[in-house]
Amino acid sequence: MEFAELIKTPRADNVALHRPFHPAVEGTLCLTGHHLIFSSRRQDNAEELWLLHSNIDSIEKRFVGSLGTIIIKCKDLRIIQLDIPGMEECLNIASSIEALSTLDSVTLMYPFFYRPMFEVLEDGWSSFLLEQEFELLSSVTNEWRLSCVNKEFSVCPSYPPVVIVPKCIDDEALRKVALFRHGSRFPVLSYYHKKNGMAMLRSSQPLTGTNGRRCKEDEKLINATLRSGRRGFVIDTRPLNVAQQARAKGGGFEQEVHYPQWRRIHKCIERFNILQESFIKLVEACNDQSHNMDRWLSKLEASNWLTHIKELLTAACLAAQCIDREGASVLVHGSEGTDSTLQVTSLAQIILDPRCRTIRGFEALVVREWLLAGHPFQQRCAQSAYSNSKQKWEAPVFLLFLECVWQIHRQFPCSFEFNEQFLILLFEHAYASQFGTFLGNNENERAKLKLPQKTMSLWSWVNRPEELSRFQNPLYEANSLVIWPSVAPQSLQLWEGVFLRWNRPSKFLEEAEEERINIIKYNKELQAKVNALRRQLAELETGEETREE
Amino acid sequence: VENVRLLDRLSSRRAVVGTLYLTATHVIFVENGSETRKETWVLHSQISSIEKQATTATGCPLLIRCKNFQVIQLVIPQERDCHDIYISLIRLARPVKYEELYCFSFNPKLDKEEREQGWKLVDLNEEYNRMGVPNNYWQISDVNRDYGVCDSYPTEVYVPKSATAHIIVGSSKFRSRRRFPALSYYCKGNNASICRSSQPLSGFSARCLEDEQMLQAIRKANPGSDFIYVVDTRPKLNAMANRAAGKGYENEDNYSNIKFQFIGIENIHVMRNSLQKMLEVCELKSPSMSDFLWGLENSGWLKHIKAIIDAGIFIAKAVAEEGVSVLVHCSDGWDRTAQVCSVASLLLDPYYRTMKGFMVLIEKDWVSFGHKFNHRYGNLDGDPKEISPVIDQFIECVWQLMEQFPCAFEFNERFLIHIQHHIYSCQFGNFLCNSQKERRELQIKERTYSLWAHLWKNRADYLNPLYRSDHSQTQGTLHPQIASCNFLYKFWSGMYNRFEKGLHPRQSVTDYLMAVKEETQQLEEELEVLQERLANLQKSQSGDNKVKSKQQDQSKQTGLYTSNNSLANTPQEYSNDLKSFPSRSPSQGDEEDSALILTQDNLKSSDPDLSANSDQESGVEDLSCRSPSGGGCLPSEDSGKDSDEAVFLAG
Repeated sequence: MEFAELIKTPRADNVALHRPFHPAVEGTLCLTGHHLIFSSRRQDNAEELWLLHSNIDSIEKRFVGSLGTIIIKCKDLRIIQLDIPGMEECLNIASSIEALSTLDSVTLMYPFFYRPMFEVLEDGWSSFLLEQEFELLSSVTNEWRLSCVNKEFSVCPSYPPVVIVPKCIDDEALRKVALFRHGSRFPVLSYYHKKNGMAMLRSSQPLTGTNGRRCKEDEKLINATLRSGRRGFVIDTRPLNVAQQARAKGGGFEQEVHYPQWRRIHKCIERFNILQESFIKLVEACNDQSHNMDRWLSKLEASNWLTHIKELLTAACLAAQCIDREGASVLVHGSEGTDSTLQVTSLAQIILDPRCRTIRGFEALVVREWLLAGHPFQQRCAQSAYSNSKQKWEAPVFLLFLECVWQIHRQFPCSFEFNEQFLILLFEHAYASQFGTFLGNNENERAKLKLPQKTMSLWSWVNRPEELSRFQNPLYEANSLVIWPSVAPQSLQLWEGVFLRWNRPSKFLEEAEEERINIIKYNKELQAKVNALRRQLAELETGEETREE
Repeated sequence: VENVRLLDRLSSRRAVVGTLYLTATHVIFVENGSETRKETWVLHSQISSIEKQATTATGCPLLIRCKNFQVIQLVIPQERDCHDIYISLIRLARPVKYEELYCFSFNPKLDKEEREQGWKLVDLNEEYNRMGVPNNYWQISDVNRDYGVCDSYPTEVYVPKSATAHIIVGSSKFRSRRRFPALSYYCKGNNASICRSSQPLSGFSARCLEDEQMLQAIRKANPGSDFIYVVDTRPKLNAMANRAAGKGYENEDNYSNIKFQFIGIENIHVMRNSLQKMLEVCELKSPSMSDFLWGLENSGWLKHIKAIIDAGIFIAKAVAEEGVSVLVHCSDGWDRTAQVCSVASLLLDPYYRTMKGFMVLIEKDWVSFGHKFNHRYGNLDGDPKEISPVIDQFIECVWQLMEQFPCAFEFNERFLIHIQHHIYSCQFGNFLCNSQKERRELQIKERTYSLWAHLWKNRADYLNPLYRSDHSQTQGTLHPQIASCNFLYKFWSGMYNRFEKGLHPRQSVTDYLMAVKEETQQLEEELEVLQERLANLQKSQSGDNKVKSKQQDQSKQTGLYTSNNSLANTPQEYSNDLKSFPSRSPSQGDEEDSALILTQDNLKSSDPDLSANSDQESGVEDLSCRSPSGGGCLPSEDSGKDSDEAVFLAG
């Protein structure tokens, strides 16, 4: 298919661009296969806006006489308005944008066409391999092994080819366990707590069904993570009644009779359409321009968004507490083990593991616990808060995770190497990107699409020193402790950086950030100068001494 | 009384046993325990209510709520002791004479001269001169010397030059409590001004020629403009109701060239109830997000805060952008008027956003113009209906603006919190009484100390590290139109949950940056010294090339950085399941947590809120707070929810 076929009017002049808190600009609008490009003609202040079609969530058109207006709502939550003279032009452009922003085939997406303008220093596709992770693990314990049972994705389609499992469990047993778990997602190692040797496993629900099926290998596998005489916790992200209902459909939960050494805790982490609706309501509330304070708070409340944040953080803290404070191993799962499970295991690692609070460590966490673990990014992030389609697999699962990280970041502003912008960047790229990192739903699909060969990795770009400097937190000082956030409502705030990003003037906040950076920078410069002088002085003084001798 | 238990409001599991002392000025609770005899001091004047609850098996619970939002729950073993304490506290918390207040016995060990100097720190004459008055349009009037015209006004007031004593006195007779229009803020750049008064006694049809002349004089004092705004900060309905009582508002037909405007800020009773409701929300044990947001909205608190700021924005805009003078009043002109005038001044003039300027602002718009501190903040036993958090709201408005303009204020959040604290503490004489007249009669300046001097002495603790006097945000008017978005208003947990340290961010960016700046300053000094030494050495050694390299010990400056992470904290109760889990070893959990309180919480009377106590994780290297003030700025106390009541576990 040629993109040109979809573009009936590739260019329109005298278009006015309206954005909140910016004066309207007049300029030329161009459509290409992957971008909407607006450039102002004004000499003094030439401005260009490049918008990926894949970033467009929905468009609306209106006409007043022959002046057409297109309102474009983006997945990054920005809303822009274009006034296009000429009814035909406007209609053509609108229908082109609609077609180009809803392409079916992944291989038509921009990452397959994008040619980087930068030199690749490190191929991001191989920056974070599970093998490296295992090497680190092997240096502290020999209780685990790397299994290739899922080579060719033959055992579990949503798992990566290699996984880390208890050493005493062989591949044959793993195959049996896979049959006992939803989507074949058998328990694998998610995190090993070096401090006390406790492990966090994740999986999907066991397929006990109504007649209480059991699987000896499954029991053996998870028991292998327990110290003798100690017990572990199963954190089920579903409320008990939901877990019970799941039995009717062949699912279920670990029953005490068969797992006597495990205590089950049910949490209530919402999924799918409930999250999506909450997301839509929240964004609606944030875009509401009325100045009524009451309506704002009740809309914020009615969206339930912060409730989801609180529940999720609480569950993650609980998992971390079991491991660090109770000295117990933990197994986390919900139903499929691809959404709430990953939220909990990855957030628990943020709390427990200082490494996950560094930039590279956080990237590794996203790769390990989200991409390799088979979170279906393509499905979940197909549409954002402005979409009208009610597809049931869309949900802001990853965004919720990022926001929870932000909440912890806000409470421990000096303990993270990255800044808020880094989290926002990941949010943007998960929804629309020139990079192939977040395409596909799991490693299997990514391999079939040959993404590593055909597209550029986000990590190849973001880890270049000149890009990295934008995402560094000036206040960062490595903190080796476990960080326990407060989950009280008073301690949680709306993530303004994402939800109010386009609705508030950010100048004053940006200036504040600049000040912070400058204060630290000046301090470091002075330190370097003083050190250099001291050294020089010391050299001269010793010279003096030698001469005197 | 011995063997009293102090309960942690959020977690019953963290109760501590100790001894309760009552002194003439404080309630003091001292924890038992060999090393960490943590002390909690509460000034009697801070106590807002005492509640004796039904006796239980463990003893008699006593709940003390404080005006600085501290809530203390005690359990006293003997019912009789509890009753005695209750009766004593009720009496002590409600003194009937000013002489009983703490400021008359508080002695910070300063000599007479230092005390006098302290009172001179804030000088309103100097302030009016700074504004540019007296000048061709404004003069100082002595019509109120000996408080002959208005006993709640200061003796010295600035009025338009064309307003004769006759006009002033005539106008005063036409205004509630004779609070005639007087200058609050003068804008040097364009001659526009903010004046303040009380409501006119217009009833349904009354007029007063002198009052009309007075407003005319205010307009004339701003030759660039042909009208003035008259802003009535009350809701229209309230103002209309006042007409029936012979009061009311200006009729535009009677006054030439005024534009009349209502701004609906609610009265003190609505505000009192609103705060009450919000505090109930703050006191909820493990509230859900919905409980909290719903309760916050239901209290209406943020709506009121927004109304006050919006009013300030309106006036600041009129003065700065339109160049039009404004007369502000409410009913008596000492509550809403004070709030609105001071918010407008703060937006207009960067001076008021400095530490000194902020003190001047409170002294000018609140203290000198007869804001009834004693009645509003219940320093002496009085009518509970007079109590209302009027200045608390102003202080919160400032905080909300600080959140939106992080570089615009020289002071930080702690400064505001400490001012709020001392408005109620009665430790300093500044906020005693209801008017200047009463304060002079009591000889406050001779007998008590000034808060401003105390804060000024410790100003390093109150600096905003992001403030630079040459930054664009510190110049001119704060552009206020952006402040009108409702989502910019946030709940201030730093104030209303001030004593629940666990709810706050565990690391303070402000303190961190202040420490870095302090270190930077040391480095600058060292750099200078080193450069000098180097220059000297080079001079003496010129031509000598023999240089031997040797590593120098540089431990001196790295020390500061390594000791920064004092954020060891402990987990909350994220689930009550863990408690009942049988394999749990007894060495973990409560005991460990509670035994870890290291720092002594010694509430020195001068700094009652710089208390810090921090739980630290065992086995952690010595982590000391980096903050230069050494204050309770990196609170790391467990914010643990009460495990028994926790609702974290769904289903």
